[in-house]
Amino acid sequence: MGKGLSKTLFQVENLFCERDERILFEDLSFNISSGEIVQVEGQNGSGKTTLLRILSGLSNNFEGDLYWQGEPLADVRDDYKRQLLYFGHHPGVKAILSPEENLRWYVAMHPGMRANSIADALDKVGLSGFEDVPCHTLSAGQNRRVSLARLYLSNARLWILDEPFTAIDKKGVAEKEQLILDHANKGGSVILTTHHELAMGDKVRRLNLDEMAGT
Amino acid sequence: MSENKKWMPRWFYQLASPRWSYEIMGKLLPGFAVAATLLLIGGIIWALAFAPEDYQQGNSFRIIYIHVPSAILAQSCYMLMAVAGAIGLIWKMKVADMVAKSCAPIGASIAILALATGAIWGKPTWGSWWVWDARLTSMLILLFLYLGVIALHSAIESEATAAQSSAVLALVGLVNIPIIKYSVDWWNTLHQPATFTLTERPAMPAEMWVPLLIMVIGFYCFFAVSLMMRTRNEILHRERRSSWVRELIEKR
Amino acid sequence: MEQILTNERSDSAENTLMGLFWAVLKRDLMLAYRKKSDLFNPLVFFLMVATLFPLGVSPEPDFLAEVAPGVVWVAALLATLLSMDSLFRSDFEDGTLEQTLLSPQPLFVIVLSKVLAHWMMSGLPLTLLAPLLGVMLFLPAEGMSGLMLSLLLGTPTLSLVGAIGAALTVGLRKGGVLISLLVLPLYIPVLIFGTSAVQAAVTGLPLAGFFALLGAMLALGVVMAPLAIAAALRISVSG
Repeated sequence: MGKGLSKTLFQVENLFCERDERILFEDLSFNISSGEIVQVEGQNGSGKTTLLRILSGLSNNFEGDLYWQGEPLADVRDDYKRQLLYFGHHPGVKAILSPEENLRWYVAMHPGMRANSIADALDKVGLSGFEDVPCHTLSAGQNRRVSLARLYLSNARLWILDEPFTAIDKKGVAEKEQLILDHANKGGSVILTTHHELAMGDKVRRLNLDEMAGT
Repeated sequence: MSENKKWMPRWFYQLASPRWSYEIMGKLLPGFAVAATLLLIGGIIWALAFAPEDYQQGNSFRIIYIHVPSAILAQSCYMLMAVAGAIGLIWKMKVADMVAKSCAPIGASIAILALATGAIWGKPTWGSWWVWDARLTSMLILLFLYLGVIALHSAIESEATAAQSSAVLALVGLVNIPIIKYSVDWWNTLHQPATFTLTERPAMPAEMWVPLLIMVIGFYCFFAVSLMMRTRNEILHRERRSSWVRELIEKR
Repeated sequence: MEQILTNERSDSAENTLMGLFWAVLKRDLMLAYRKKSDLFNPLVFFLMVATLFPLGVSPEPDFLAEVAPGVVWVAALLATLLSMDSLFRSDFEDGTLEQTLLSPQPLFVIVLSKVLAHWMMSGLPLTLLAPLLGVMLFLPAEGMSGLMLSLLLGTPTLSLVGAIGAALTVGLRKGGVLISLLVLPLYIPVLIFGTSAVQAAVTGLPLAGFFALLGAMLALGVVMAPLAIAAALRISVSG
C-alpha cells in the first residue's frame, strides 16, 4: 500500500472560526496526506477540540473549504463518514449497556465493520472478562478503553482522536501509539490532540494553533 | 463557486453581504416611512370619519380597520420569518438569519395587537371580552408559535445555533399553521354553530373596503419600516468588529 | 484496507436498512427496560393529572362524564410531553449521539426507529392505561373503544412532534420547560380531533372520519418529522 503514501487525503483551506466573539483561527490551511500522523497543539481554549469537531463534520459553524480526497466534503459526505473514525471528549459509551452491547451498536451504525471481532477487540484493550458487566461498574479508564476498542474494529482511513489517552495507563498508551503507527504505515491518517509526551514523537507532524492564529 | 449556485441572480448574493444590505435598507427606509405615515393617517381618517356605519354594529365595527390589517400582517410576518430562516439555513446567509430574528418580536406584537383589538371588538358585539371564536383562537395559537420561536432563540447562547434552531422551529410551525387553522375552524363549527363574524360577510360596500385596503397596505409599509430598522440594528450589532461598522461609528 | 470495505458492503440496501431499524429499536427498548423509572414516571403522572380534575372541579358523575374525553386526552398529551426530554438527552450527554450523527447510516431511519421505541415506552402504555382513567372519570362504556383507538392513532404523532422539540433543546441544560413551550401549540390539532373522536364515540356518531384525520396527521408526521428532527439534532450537536 506504499504507493498512496504521499496522496493528500484531507485538505483544509482558509478555515475561519469564531466562538463567543473570539476568533479561534483565521486563514488556517493545511493538508493531511495518507500515512501521516498530525498532532494538533495549542493552549487550553485555543480551539483544538473545535477544529477536530469541524474536521469530523460535527460542527458547521465555520467558514472555509474542506476537501476529502480532492472533492468538496459536502459532496462526498457519505463516503467520508464511512472512512472516518471519531473519538471525542465523550467516549460514546452507554453506561447501562455492557462493553459488548456498546460495540455491537457501534458496528450496527457502521456497516463496514465486522461484528465477529468484537470479543477480539475487547481482549486487545484488556477488557476480556468484562464483556457482560454494565459499563457504569467500570472505571473511567476502562470506559474509555471500551471506546478505544473501536480502533481495532474499524476500517476507517482517517482517525480523528481528541485526547485519546486521557485516563489510560502507560501500557495502554504504548499499545495505542503502536496501533496508530501501524495504521499510518498501512496508509491511513491520524489527526489527534493529546497532552501526553508521545514516544512516537519524531514520526508526528505538529500543527500549533497558537502560532497559526497569529494575531 | 459550485455548480448549483450559478443560477441564482446576482442581487441574491449581494444580499448576503451585511454591508450591502445595511446600505440598501438605509436607502429604502425613508420611502417606506413616508408611505406608511401617509397611508396610515389617511386611512385612519377615512375609516373613522368618512366610512359608513355598519347597519348592525354601528360605529363599533370600525375597529376592524386595525384588527383585520394586524391579523393579516401577523400571518404574513410568520411566513416571512420561516422563509428567511430557511434561506439562512440552506445558504448560510447571515442577513437572512438577522431578518428572521427581527421578524419574531414584531410579529408577536402585531399578533397581540390583533388579539387586543379582537377582544375590544368582542365586548360590544358578543357582550364579553373573550370569545373562543375560530379567528381569535387561531391568532392566539399563532402568538404561541411566535413566543416559542422567541423563547428558543433567547435560550441558545450561540448566535448561529440559535438562528438555525429557530429557523427549523419556524418551518415546522409554518407546515402546521394550515393544519391548526383547519382544525380550529372545524372545532369552532362544532361548538359554536351560529357565530357571527363581520369580516366573513360577502358584500362589503366599496366605501368600507377601500379604506380597509389602504390600512392593510399602510400596515405592510409600517412593518417594512420597523423590520428594516431592526435588521439594520442587528447588522450593526453583529458586525460591530468589522472595519466598515467602525468607520461608520467614527464618522458620527 | 479498501478491499475490506468493498467486501463488507455486499448486503442489499433494504436488508441493512431494516437491520439498522431493528438494531436501534432493540437498543432503545433495552435501555428503557433497564432504566424503568423513565417508563413509569409518565404513567404515574398520567394517573395523577386525571385525579386532579374530580378533586379540583367536581366529582359529579354527569359532569365528569362530559369532560372525560378532554381530560384523558390533555393528561396523555402532558404525560407524553413529560417523557419527551429524555429521548435524546442521555445520548447527547454520553456522546453516543455524536457517533450516531457521524455514522454513514441514514439518520432518517435511525430517528424514526428511536421515536418508535419512545412511543412503545410512552404512548402505547398510556393508551393501554386509558380505560382505567375512563372508568375513574365515568366515561360511558361506548366511548372506551373510541378513546383507545384515538390515542393509538394520536400518540405516535405526539411523539413525533415532541421529538422535534426534544431535538431542538437537547443541547440546553434547561430543556424541559422549553420543550413544552415549543411543542404544545403544535399538539392542538391532535388534541382537537382526538377529543372529538371520543365525544363522537360517546354520542354514537360515525368515527371513521376522525380516525382518517388522525391517520393523515400521523402519516404526515412520519414523513416530515424525522427530517426536522434530523436537522435539529445536527444543529444542536454542532452548537
